[in-house]
Amino acid sequence: MKHSFLDKYSEQDSLVHRLDPRTKFIISLLFILAVALTSPVMWPVFSIYFILMIILILISRVPVLYILKRSLVIIPFVVLMAISIPFVKEGEVIGSYNIWIWQVSLTHSGLQLLWNILAKAWLSILCLILLTATTRMTDLLAALERLHMPRVMVMILSFMYRYIFVLVDEVMRMKQARDSRNFGGRRLWQLRTLGNMAGTLFIRSYERGERVYAAMLARGYDGRCCTLNRLSLKPTDIYGGLGFGIVILAAFLFNFIG
Amino acid sequence: MRIKNLSFAYPDGRQALTDVSLHIGRGESVALIGPNGAGKSTLLLHLNGILHTDGRVEVLSRKISEKSLGEIRRKIGIVFQNPDDQLFSATVFDDVAFGPINLGYAEAKVRQAVTRALDRVGMAGYEARSPHHLSLGEKKRIAIATILSMDPEVMVMDEPTSNLDPAGKWLLIELLQGLSITKIIATHDLDLARALCQRVVVLDKGRIVADGAADLILADMPLLAAHGLARAAI
Repeated sequence: MKHSFLDKYSEQDSLVHRLDPRTKFIISLLFILAVALTSPVMWPVFSIYFILMIILILISRVPVLYILKRSLVIIPFVVLMAISIPFVKEGEVIGSYNIWIWQVSLTHSGLQLLWNILAKAWLSILCLILLTATTRMTDLLAALERLHMPRVMVMILSFMYRYIFVLVDEVMRMKQARDSRNFGGRRLWQLRTLGNMAGTLFIRSYERGERVYAAMLARGYDGRCCTLNRLSLKPTDIYGGLGFGIVILAAFLFNFIG
Repeated sequence: MRIKNLSFAYPDGRQALTDVSLHIGRGESVALIGPNGAGKSTLLLHLNGILHTDGRVEVLSRKISEKSLGEIRRKIGIVFQNPDDQLFSATVFDDVAFGPINLGYAEAKVRQAVTRALDRVGMAGYEARSPHHLSLGEKKRIAIATILSMDPEVMVMDEPTSNLDPAGKWLLIELLQGLSITKIIATHDLDLARALCQRVVVLDKGRIVADGAADLILADMPLLAAHGLARAAI
C-alpha cells in the first residue's frame, strides 16, 4: 500500500530547503516565541509576522495552497479550546443572548482575545508547516539530536515516523477484513467492533514493540546508541539564521515602541 | 555452537522447547525446519541471548552470559522474519549503521561498513531512503545488510523468504549462496533448505526429531509428512 509522504515537498530545492535544519528549527522556535509574546493589541506587528511568513513561503516555492490547506487543520482545536473566552472574559458587553435558561453575554475584550489566539495559533502553525515541508523528517531528527534534545525524545519521534505508516497499513487491512465480512448492523454492535479493533491494534503494536526491541538488542543496543552526524553548518546558515533572527527580533521590539 | 539440553517455557506456561541439544560447526549451513509453532523462532532467540539460557548455549566455545553478551551479539547476527521489525530507523543508512555504532566503531569505519554491507546485498545507493517506501524484497535485503555491517561469524535467519514471490525468493537464495559465512536458517520453505544447506534439523513440538544430511532428510517423504512439512499422507 502506498501512502502520501509526510514531507512531500522536502525534496525540492530552494534557499529555504538548503538551510541547515538546525538553523531552521531555531528560527522557527524564535518566531513562535515572538508571536506568542506579542501583545494582543499590536496588529501591525502581527501583519509584519504574516508578511514575513508569506515571503518565506514564496522563497521556499512550496505551493501556497498546500500550506494554507494544511494550516486549517489547527482551527477546530483552537476554536474548541478558546470558544468560551468571549463569554467568560469580563469587560465591555457588546451582546447579550438568552439561551434556554442561561443568559450569555459577549464582551469586546473577550472577542479580541479569541481573535488573537486564533491569529497566534495560525501564524505558529504556518511556520511549523513550512519547517516540516522544507525539511526532510530525517534531517529534522538529526538536527534535534545535534541540538541536544534528550535522546529518548528523538528516538520516540523517529520510531513514530518509522511506524506510523506500518500502523496505518495495519488499520487498513483490518478495515478491509471487516468490510469484506459485511460489516453493518446495529450501532452498538458497530461500536463494539470498533473497540475490539482498537484493542487489537494496541496489542499488536505492543507486541511489535517487543520484537523491535529484540532486533535492537540483537545488534548490540545498550541504551546509548546514536546516529552519525551528517549535518554541517555553512556560511549561508549562519548569515541566513542571523538575518531572520534580527528581522523577527525587530518586529517583536515594535511591541515596546508602540 | 553447542546447545546442551535446552528447555524453555514462555511465561504463560506454554512449553516451547524441550531438551534440545545441537552442535553446529564453523562454516556449516544448517536449515532448521518444522511446522508452525514448532519452536524454531524461540530456538533462534536463544542463540544470542535475547532469551535467557542459564549457560546451556555455548557460542564459539564461550558460554552466553552477561559478560560475553556484547561479543556474542556481534558475532551472531539475527535477521528477523519481519523486516518492519528489523528496520526501525528513519533511513536505511541509520539502520545499517546501528550495529557498527553500537560496537563503538569510529565514524569512517562505520561509513565503510555500511557501504560494504549494502554493496554485498546489491542495495548500494539506498542510504538516504526511508524503509517504509521500499518493497518487501528490498527491505529483506536491507535487513540482511544491517547484520552484515557488523561482520558476524554466524548469520541466523528466521524465514528469510516468507511472503516473497518466487522470483524474489530465488533472487534472495542466490544472494545468500554468495555469502560465505556460517548460516542457521529457520524455515519451512524446503526449496530454500535444499538450495542453501547441507544439513537439515527437523524440529517439532519443541523437540529435535531428525538431524542429518539435507538430501537424505528432504527426500524422506514419510518423515516430512509426519511433521507437517509435506502433504499429509491419506
